[in-house]
Order: sequence, then structure tokens, then C-alpha cells
Amino acid sequence: MTSHTVIIIEDEKQTRRFLRLSLEAEGYHVFEAETGGEGLKAVASRKPDMVIIDLGLPDMDGVEVVKKLREWSTIPIIILSARSEEKEKIIALDVGADDYLTKPFGTGELLARIRVALRRAISNEQAGNGTFSIADLTIDLIHRKITKMGEEIHLTPIEYRLLSVLAQHQGKVLTHSFLLKEVWGPNQMDNAHYLRIYMSQLRHKLEKEPVRPRYILTEAGVGYRFAVE
Amino acid sequence: MNELRPDPDKLLDMVQREQEKALRGKLKIFFGASAGVGKTYAMLSAARQLRDRGLDVVVGIVETHGRVETMAQMEGLEVLPRKEIEHRGKLLSEFDLDGALARHPPLILIDELAHTNIPGSRHPKRWQDVEELLTAGIDVFTTVNVQHLETLNDIVGGITGIRVQETVPDKVFDQADEIILVDITPDELLQRLKEGKVYIPQQAEGAIRNFFRKGNLIALRELSLRRTADRVDDQMRIYRQERSIGGAWHTQDSLLVCVGPEPGAEKMIRKASRIATQFGVEWHAVYVETPHLQHQPRAERDRILKTLHFAQDLGAETAVLAGQNPDIVLVDYARNHHLFQIIIGGRRTSAWNFFRPSFADRLARLSTDRDVIQLACAVPDERISTKPAVAREATPKIYWMSYAWAVIACAAATGVAALLLPYFDIANIVMLFLLAVVFVAVKYGRGPAVLASFLSVGLFDFFFVPPRFSFAVGDVQYLLTFAVMLIVALIIGQLTANLSYQVRVASHRETRLRALYEMARDLSSVLLPQQIVDISHKFIEATFSVKVAILISDAEDRLHLPDTGEASALAIDMGIAQWAFDHIEAAGFSTDTLPGSSVLYLPLRAPMRTRGILAVEPSHSSWLLIPEQRRQLDGFVALIATALERVHYIEVAQDASVRIESERLRNSVLSALSHDLRTPLTNLAGLSDSLTLTKPALPRQQLDLAIAIRDQTSRMSALVNNLLDMARLQAGNVKLNLQWQPLEEVIGSALAACEQQMSGHHLDISLPLDFPLLEFDAVLIKSVFCNLLENAAKYTPPNSTVHIEASVDGSQARISVTDNGPGLVPGSEETIFEKFTRGVRESSTPGVGLGLTICRAIIEAHKGRIWAENMPVRGARFTFTLPLGIPPTLDMESRA
Repeated sequence: MTSHTVIIIEDEKQTRRFLRLSLEAEGYHVFEAETGGEGLKAVASRKPDMVIIDLGLPDMDGVEVVKKLREWSTIPIIILSARSEEKEKIIALDVGADDYLTKPFGTGELLARIRVALRRAISNEQAGNGTFSIADLTIDLIHRKITKMGEEIHLTPIEYRLLSVLAQHQGKVLTHSFLLKEVWGPNQMDNAHYLRIYMSQLRHKLEKEPVRPRYILTEAGVGYRFAVE
Repeated sequence: MNELRPDPDKLLDMVQREQEKALRGKLKIFFGASAGVGKTYAMLSAARQLRDRGLDVVVGIVETHGRVETMAQMEGLEVLPRKEIEHRGKLLSEFDLDGALARHPPLILIDELAHTNIPGSRHPKRWQDVEELLTAGIDVFTTVNVQHLETLNDIVGGITGIRVQETVPDKVFDQADEIILVDITPDELLQRLKEGKVYIPQQAEGAIRNFFRKGNLIALRELSLRRTADRVDDQMRIYRQERSIGGAWHTQDSLLVCVGPEPGAEKMIRKASRIATQFGVEWHAVYVETPHLQHQPRAERDRILKTLHFAQDLGAETAVLAGQNPDIVLVDYARNHHLFQIIIGGRRTSAWNFFRPSFADRLARLSTDRDVIQLACAVPDERISTKPAVAREATPKIYWMSYAWAVIACAAATGVAALLLPYFDIANIVMLFLLAVVFVAVKYGRGPAVLASFLSVGLFDFFFVPPRFSFAVGDVQYLLTFAVMLIVALIIGQLTANLSYQVRVASHRETRLRALYEMARDLSSVLLPQQIVDISHKFIEATFSVKVAILISDAEDRLHLPDTGEASALAIDMGIAQWAFDHIEAAGFSTDTLPGSSVLYLPLRAPMRTRGILAVEPSHSSWLLIPEQRRQLDGFVALIATALERVHYIEVAQDASVRIESERLRNSVLSALSHDLRTPLTNLAGLSDSLTLTKPALPRQQLDLAIAIRDQTSRMSALVNNLLDMARLQAGNVKLNLQWQPLEEVIGSALAACEQQMSGHHLDISLPLDFPLLEFDAVLIKSVFCNLLENAAKYTPPNSTVHIEASVDGSQARISVTDNGPGLVPGSEETIFEKFTRGVRESSTPGVGLGLTICRAIIEAHKGRIWAENMPVRGARFTFTLPLGIPPTLDMESRA
């Protein structure tokens, strides 16, 4: 049984209640905060393993809370958004949130996301061997070698850079603008189609069925995520 | 600079003209020197040839005059039934214009273009009917004889001694697309006459016998040949101009004709028109109204104005100018309009102006850079100068009255002088007479003042200068008194008359301007069309003492009488009103269209479009001939039209602001709703979900209940999402986040999203490897795929196959989702896209039929199309298209 600590920053009492119920059932320690200010204080004092932030908070924007947290902490952040908050969701991801859930969501979905985020945080701490593997795909960043079922796959420099950025943030939702900045630099931010074309090429080299990807998943309208398992 | 290069403005003008021409019907005229040359025959046989080639030819009206050959040609051609019109108790038949417009054949034959329609027809002249047919895009074949051409009418009259009353303006002839000259030699024509092949009306047999003299026929033939040649010449010139073949530009010859009160003005107009046509130049006809001319009896003025109207018919630009010195006004006008030749009529120099330079001299002195042409003194042409009977009676009476008053005034002065003679010196008595002259001049104008001057001298001599009671003069020094007295009286009379005339004119002008100003002021503050109607009634009725009605057009260009609650004072013919509105042309009283009507219909033309019709019923028939009145009425019309347009735009602006307001309201309601509905739903789903996960697990029955609650909640929340999405899409304010992206990616994310629903089905995806990038909103198109896939899953049995296919079809990408299930209910292919419709009514399959409605809204927002169809054997197919566009290029391996 894990004993990770999770802080929920959410103004809706009933939402907090069912989040606490489901998380506690899974053995997490849960602390609640009603406002952004309260939540930031709680994170500072309780040193949780994970924060769940609702985007619509009464005192400050959820995006602001993410931004403030990221100034001094790298703890995993999952944001909860309503459907009318598409733009804010992407901004929150851009400023450093790890993942998002759109209301209404299933508890199973939530728990799965929390698990992924926590594991990512742990593997980041232990990072250093530079090797990622998922199913039969292995990415060796030190030797710049990609193998699938033991066979080496040749990538162009950009494809390689794209894959390595994705792999290094395995499990995290990466927005289009983040990927563009990481791979092409800050001057190509308007050319989102570059990213999409290269992503398509990459998939055709890696995936068995590019239209039903196994490794690189699409978050429609938001960006991409490198699968965990 | 290349002088020969065509002027771009002129080219543009040419293109526009050609476009207009393309829409217009073509006019072909069969032109002949006289009756009997075979025009109708030629026209019919040309039409037959076209008919045999499959063209739908209709005979609008053709008079065979019982000629056997012609009748034979008519056989087998469709003849339009004539319209019966009752005129003075007799039933007459006439060409049916409305019938022809309704039948709308590609080609119609109309015989005798110069024919005058029976009173009560829409247009007074048949050529106006033809004009309307051409405007409607119908080609017309017609026939004309040379003597019917307006400008040749008097020449032919001079040759043959017979003037025909029915004429066609030359511009109709000149603007015809084709002229076919039907020509036979005079001998042949005479032969045909002898053989009885040419029909001769019994009543005019003698006259026509005279007409068909060989000399006449030769002259007529020459005239028609020459006229045709002139036209061919024109065509050549136009061709050269259009092709820029070094043609001379004829502005140097443009004409200004000055129409005066002198007789024969009409003849001058004809001559000028002929010159202008020959040289192919523009020409203007103006009338300069001087104080002296304004004093003319009304009949005179009417005649001048009719002459101007006539000039307009012949293609001139016309204007009425006002000023003291006609020479200065004329030269100014010529300068402003770049007219280089000024034509004036011959004037007999009056005895008064014997020592003054002639009008022509003064003109020539003023405009050294322009030619002044003085035409010979013309013989009065009685055709136009028929004076209106009413005016003829009324005017002289007033005239004689004022002279009588002049006599009475002088008599009174004599009487008073006689009484004062014992007390005053005779030199002072003279002053009384001068006073009388001033009085008459102020009151009755120049003529009576002149009479009073002479009368005064006479009376003074007779009654007061010794020897009294005789015209003999005892003392020679009185001769000086008489001379001075006469000169002073004449000058005073002249000056006073002018002055009082000008005061009168000025006060008239001021009244007119004040009326316009006050109406403009009142109209500027109105907010409702009804107010405009009321104000217009008030001003127009007060100014002209006429009856007025205003018809306002609706969005479909149909006219309506504003609902005033009381019957209109006018008998309005909605047919004429609608015609005037549609053609943006005045109709009814005093116009070319249905002049028999007692009401004048004026289109209210505003800058953007025509807003309605002003209907005016004048109280007397010569009302609108007076140019000032016409100008003032036009001013009123412009004011009303602008006011109507302004009010219209006020309404438009109000509508827009209401729409913006309601949109804002809808948006805020939507976002409030979406928050307020979703929060409890989220909580419900989460709470029931956590119930199912409690440890230790719930007893079986309660767990089932918890799961049921969770499932129902998620259905409910899907429904709410659909409803809100629909509301947002229908409000039309969804901003698409358009991005160029591969279709593959969005299909992938849709498949991932509805993995659960699709788990029992097979998927088959065929997407070409080189499928282009498309520009779309990923989130919305994903939801289209999700909806289509969910539908396929919902309405097909497990283990069915769903096929996703994409292809390029012209400028569209075509994407389809096909299943092999039971298919759609036949006939429901379109209705399933409507709100709350499902494939099978009242079925137990969950889901409200909003999915496809949302799909359609999304695809239409992307400028695509979506439709459903049943497959030939089994299954349903949903297809949608997205525009291909030009995807951005990829050139970044180098840039990266």
C-alpha cells in the first residue's frame, strides 16, 4: 500500500469529498484546500507527493497556482478543467502541469493518471541511465539508438530530437507549443504543422498501426503524450 | 505617352456596356424606303429560317394587309393572341406586351415599330413596348419605313407632301443591333403596285397614289440608303474607337443648342440632332429663362418645355438655365460641359434692339474659342405648338385686365391732376403721372407700364398743356417736357417692372427653398416611416395642392401602402406603381409610360436602393411642365427617399444591437448553465464511482445500484454536453481553431476516445499514405468521428465491421464511415440530421438524436457537407467532405 500524500485544491465541497473518498480508498493521504492561496500554503507546509488543482478557483486562476508552484517545486500537478476551459487548460500545461482531466471524469481514470504522474516523478529522480523502454520499443538516449523488437530504426535528426523530448517526459502531456520550442526553437512557434508532419513520419516508422498509435498518443487540440505502458 | 492606347476608363465603360448588352435582347430592324418593299416578308422569312433551326419564334404582331405572299410566310409560326382594348366604345385589338413578357420567347416579331398604341396601353408608342421586351432579354425583329424616323420625318414630308404622325426616335434606330435594308428599285415597286401586290387602304387611296410617284420613290430610296450608310459609317467609327485604330475623338464637334421662344425651335432641334448623329457627338439642348421670358404666357413656356422634351427624346441632354443674360449663361454652360459649337435659331432683330449687337454677335464675342452657328429663320412647325386650351383662355384675360388697369391708373392721375391744377404748377402736375407709371409698373409689369408712359404723355398734353383739350402744343418748350417725361416714365417703368419681377421671383424661390428646408428639417428627426409619410403629405400637398400617397417597399421589393387606417385619397394602380419601382423610372401622368393615368408615380431612389414610390395626383394637366415645380418635386422626392433610407438603417442598427445583446445573454446563460449542470453531474458521477470502489466492497445488490447510478450519470452528462454543444454551435459563435494536420491523427484520437464503445466491433481503416494535410479544428472533427463511430456501434449488432475511408475528390476531401448493420430506415437519410431524431423511433437504444445534428453543424462550420445513405446490400454510410485548400509547405529540416 502506498502512502503518498496528495493535496486537492478545489472549491467545490462535493468534488473534494468524492476525490478524498476515492483516493483514501487507494491508500493516499489526502489534504484539502478550498482556495489557491490556501493550497499554496498547504503545499509548502505539507510537502505532498502530488497536487490536484481545479482550474476554476474563487480567489485566483488555477493557471496562476500552477505557475507559482512551478517557481519552486517540481511535484506532479494534475489539473481538473471544465469543458469550457480549453484555453486555460493548454496554458496550464504550458506553464508546467503534468496532466489534465476534463470534468466529468471517472475515478478509475483519475487514479490511473495519478499513478503515472507519481511514477514519472520517481523515475525522474532516478534518471541517469538514459534508457526508456515501452513494450518492444527501446530508446537509448546515450547511444542514440532506437530499437524495435531488437531491430534498429533509423531516424532523421529532427525525428530523433522529437522522440527524445517525448521520451524524457514519458507520461506527461506535452503541448504543441512546448514541443515546437523544444525541437525547433522559439522562432518556429507558428508552424504547428511542422510538428504534425514529423510526428506523422515518426509514427509511421515506430508504430505498427499509425492510425491507432501505441507509443505516441494524440491529445486532440492539446498536444501529444508518450505512453507509459 | 502612346496616344493610341485605349483609355482605361473608356475600356471599363466598354466592358460594362457590353455586359449590359449581353443581358439585353438584340434588336434587328428591317428598314425600307416605303411601304410595299417587302420588309414584313423579309422579316418573316428570316424568322422562319431561325424557326427551322430550332429557335422558339413567336409572332408578336404582324399586319399582313391581306398580302398573299406575306400570309404564306406567316403559316406555321406561333402567333401571340392580341389584347382587346375598349376605346371610345369600340373594341380594338393591340399587341399584348404583358402576354409577350409572360410567354418570354427568345425571339419575337413586332411589325411596324412606329405604330402608336391605342390610348390606355402601357406605353404610348410601340417602340417603347419593344424597348421593354429588349430589357427583358427578348430578341426582337421589327420593321420601319424611312419616313418614320424622327429626324427624317420633315425631309420626307418636304419631298412627298405627306407628313406621317407616327415617328420613331433615331436613337432606337441607331442603337439597334442590326439593320437590314430591304431594297427594291422604284420600277419594281411600281410594278408590284400595279399587280395589286401592295395593299392600299381605301380611305387614303388618293394620298397614297400621290405618294407612290416615281420621283418620290427615288428620293425616298436615296434617303434610306444614305441613312443606312450613315449607320454603317457609325459602326465603323465605333469599331475603330474600340480597337483604338487611330480614330479622331469628336469632342471638338459637340453641340449646344439654345432653344428659345421663337417659332421653329423644333425644326432646329431636328437639325441639331441630325448634325450630332452625323458627326457622332454628344449634344445638349438648353433653354435660358430670362426675366423677360419668364413673363411669357404659360402656353409659350409649355411649348418651349415641350421642345426640350422632344430634344431629350432625340438623345440630347437637356437643361433649363436661369439668368439675366442668356449669352453669358450659355457660354458658361458650354465651357462647363465642353461643348464646342453653339447653335442658335434665327431671330428677327426687333426694332428695339436695332442698335444692339445681335445675340449671335454677343455670343461670338464672349466665346472666341467656340463656333456659333445661326440657323436660318425657320418656318413655325405647328406639330408641337398646339397650345393647351385652358392656358389659351386664361392668360390673355389677365393680360388685358392689366392694360385696362394701366388706363384706369392714368385716368385717375388725370382726375387728381385736374383737381390740383388750380393750386400747383404744371411742372409738378407731371409728377402725378410719373407716380401712376411707377404704380402700374410695380403692379402689372413692363407692358402696361409702357402703355401708361405713352398714355400719361398724351393725357398730360391733352388736358393740361395749353392750349388745353387739344393735342396742339402752344409752347415749344413743352416738347422737351414731353420727351423727358416719356423717357423718364419708360425707364422708371422698366426698372420698377424688373425690380418687382425679381422680387417676385426671389420670393417664389425663397418659398420653394423654405419648403424644402422645412421638410428637410422635419424629416431629419423622424424615426418611423409613418412620420415620413405624414410629413411628406403635409408639405407636398400644401406646396402643390395635389393629392399624395407614399408606397413603401418591403424586403422582397413589393410595394405597400402604409397602414394609415383611412382609405387613400388616390386611386392608386399598384400595377403601374410596381412597374415604376421595378424599372426605377417615373410612370403614369406626363411620362412615357401609361401617360393616360391621372396619377404620377415617382420612384423614391435613395443612394443604396429604391425605397418606394411617391404617387401624386395633380389638379390640372399642365402642372409638371413648369421646370421649377418639377425641380422642387424632385427635391422632395430625394428628401423622402433619403429619409426612408435613414429610417431603414436605424431599424437595421436596432436589430443588430438587439441581436448582439441577445447573443451576449445567450452566451452568459450557456456558460452559467454549463457550470451549474456539470458541477453536480461531476460530483454525482464521482461519488457513485467512489461508492463502487469502497473497501471493503459493498454487498452485491448495493454495488449494482451504485454502478447503475454511475452509468446513468455518465449518460446524463453526455446528454448535457451534447445539448450545450448544440446550443453553442447553433448560436453560430463557435470560433474554429483551424490547424493544418493529418487526418490520421484525429481518427487516432477519436478511436482512443471511444475505444470502449467500439470494443465489440471490427474496424477497418483505409487511408491513403499520401493523403494531404487538412485544415480543421481537431477537437470538433474528433467529436464528429466519435459521434459517427458511436452511432455505428449503437445501431449495429456486435461483431459488425465499421469501415473508415478517406479519398480526394476534386477540391474536397471525402471521408466516410460505413457499417454493415441493418442500415437506415428508408427515407430517413435526411431527417436523421434533424434535432431529436433517431434511426428507429422510440427504440430502447440510449442517446438523444443530437449527435448527427452536431456533426452537421460542425461540418458546415468547416464549409463541408455531410450526408447519409444506405449501402446497396447492407449497412449505412455517413460521408462528409472538407475543403482541401493549399496546405503549407514543409521546409524545415534545414531551418531546424
